Amino acid sequence: MDLPIYLDNNATTPMDPRVLDAMLPYFNAKFGNAASRNHAFGWAAEEGVDYAREQVAKLIGANEKEIIFTSGATESDNLAIKGVFEMYKDKGNHIITCVTEHKAVIDACKHVEKLGGEVTYLGVKSDGLIDLADLEAAMTEKTILVAIMYGNNEIGVIQPIREISAIAHKHGALFMTDAVQAVGKIPVDVNADGIDLMAFTGHKMYGPKGVGALYVRRKNPRVKVTAQMDGGGHERGMRSGTLNVPGIVGLGKAAEICRLEMDEEAKRLSKLRDKLQVELTVLEESYVNGNTDHRLPHVANISFKYVEGEGLMMAMKDLAVSSGSACTSASLEPSYVLKSLGLSDDLAHSSIRFGLGRFTTDEEVDFAIKQTLKAVNHLRDLSPLWEMFKEGIDLDKIEWAEH
Amino acid sequence: MAYSEKVIDHYTHPRNVGTLDKSSTKVGTGLVGAPECGDVMRLQIEVDENHMITDAKFKTFGCGSAIASSSLATEWLKGKSIDDAMKIDNMDIVEELALPPVKIHCSVLAEDAIKAAINDYRVKNGLEALESAKSHH
Repeated sequence: MDLPIYLDNNATTPMDPRVLDAMLPYFNAKFGNAASRNHAFGWAAEEGVDYAREQVAKLIGANEKEIIFTSGATESDNLAIKGVFEMYKDKGNHIITCVTEHKAVIDACKHVEKLGGEVTYLGVKSDGLIDLADLEAAMTEKTILVAIMYGNNEIGVIQPIREISAIAHKHGALFMTDAVQAVGKIPVDVNADGIDLMAFTGHKMYGPKGVGALYVRRKNPRVKVTAQMDGGGHERGMRSGTLNVPGIVGLGKAAEICRLEMDEEAKRLSKLRDKLQVELTVLEESYVNGNTDHRLPHVANISFKYVEGEGLMMAMKDLAVSSGSACTSASLEPSYVLKSLGLSDDLAHSSIRFGLGRFTTDEEVDFAIKQTLKAVNHLRDLSPLWEMFKEGIDLDKIEWAEH
Repeated sequence: MAYSEKVIDHYTHPRNVGTLDKSSTKVGTGLVGAPECGDVMRLQIEVDENHMITDAKFKTFGCGSAIASSSLATEWLKGKSIDDAMKIDNMDIVEELALPPVKIHCSVLAEDAIKAAINDYRVKNGLEALESAKSHH
């Protein structure tokens, strides 16, 4: 077993070696521009792209003409939200999203607000799921888009996508989802789920970085987005720019592997995740964040009360994980996702996200459990809050000097 | 962001972790920070009749730099008079631990904890409290 152990698969996944093998020829022998229609170099590249488009479409139950390749999910989110707003602004200017979305969605919505759009940011329940009654109540005649993520990146909760899309459609709005964490991990079917637009990316599904896709529905209804990048009119005019052929080929291969291996992988990972969660919550005052029934199979977000996340991660020195602690973010604010669940700041500071992946082994999880238990106990020995808790002092009654 | 060797050393082998009897008149206790902000330091000193600090203990809830700052503070406090201890400046801690700018607040908190502990001792022993707590943030 090599150290450190990578348990941050929600941030990015290592590339599957089979994906790398598929990509390599497109860096040299098949270097052509997929838009070069008149010679063999272009044809070879185009063939690679066409095949990848089929592989990607198949994973999500789409038609290959509905796949727009982009540079990643941030671009896909931006294209979907800003592109729908521009395209449908005569119909309405209202978008509904939720507070636990990725920044790429929230900030794209903020941008739309500056352009005269109105955006409703739905809150979430304490388990991280939106309240469908809130969504229903927020829908107006001017609502053109509902954008709710599939699976959350920090806590892994899976939103009730089918119910959400049904509400959006009932009111004549489109439904878009950021499915970065879900595609390739759990079955996602754009037709069964009622998805009109969907953003996802290669590097969260064992493919390369710098390549992603936006699914744009072509039938029932035919959805269009206004291009946000002007140029040669690639990708049916929705996303100009020479195609990243090796990246796209890699995304395709990654999608194919996920489609074939997802079921087995999800079973194996959820077992390992459950083991990790059970053995870590043996610790007093440890709490799992988010709904545990509707959750991605490979994620567990746990708060260890009375220890601070960054300090804790330093003690878990052989584990690569992430924390909702303020100290780990550039903004020095604790995770807005955890806070939106109603978690107090101190619990948000105390959270650790474990993200398992395709290459996580049983042995690694056992090691992670041991090191985490040891680290939490070590830091609690150092923690004045733990001592006060053990003495029965109510920490909420102390007047802390806010700083 | 990588931690300096000294931060890692103090974090891995924290000096003077523990608790002194806060009801003793010889003991001064400083509890600073807030759980919502992600760091709380409790620093305690034991002082003899000559106002010399004979022992110092800490417990800290916070990141590695906060733990290292308070561990270092206890090392520096031992053997100092309470007047000299009052002169410890957060920038001395920053320098010693090579803290990056985003971690300066950890050193400020340690300085606050030192001053709060000294003042607690002073007030307990009929001395006036001195100007404490740098305003920060």
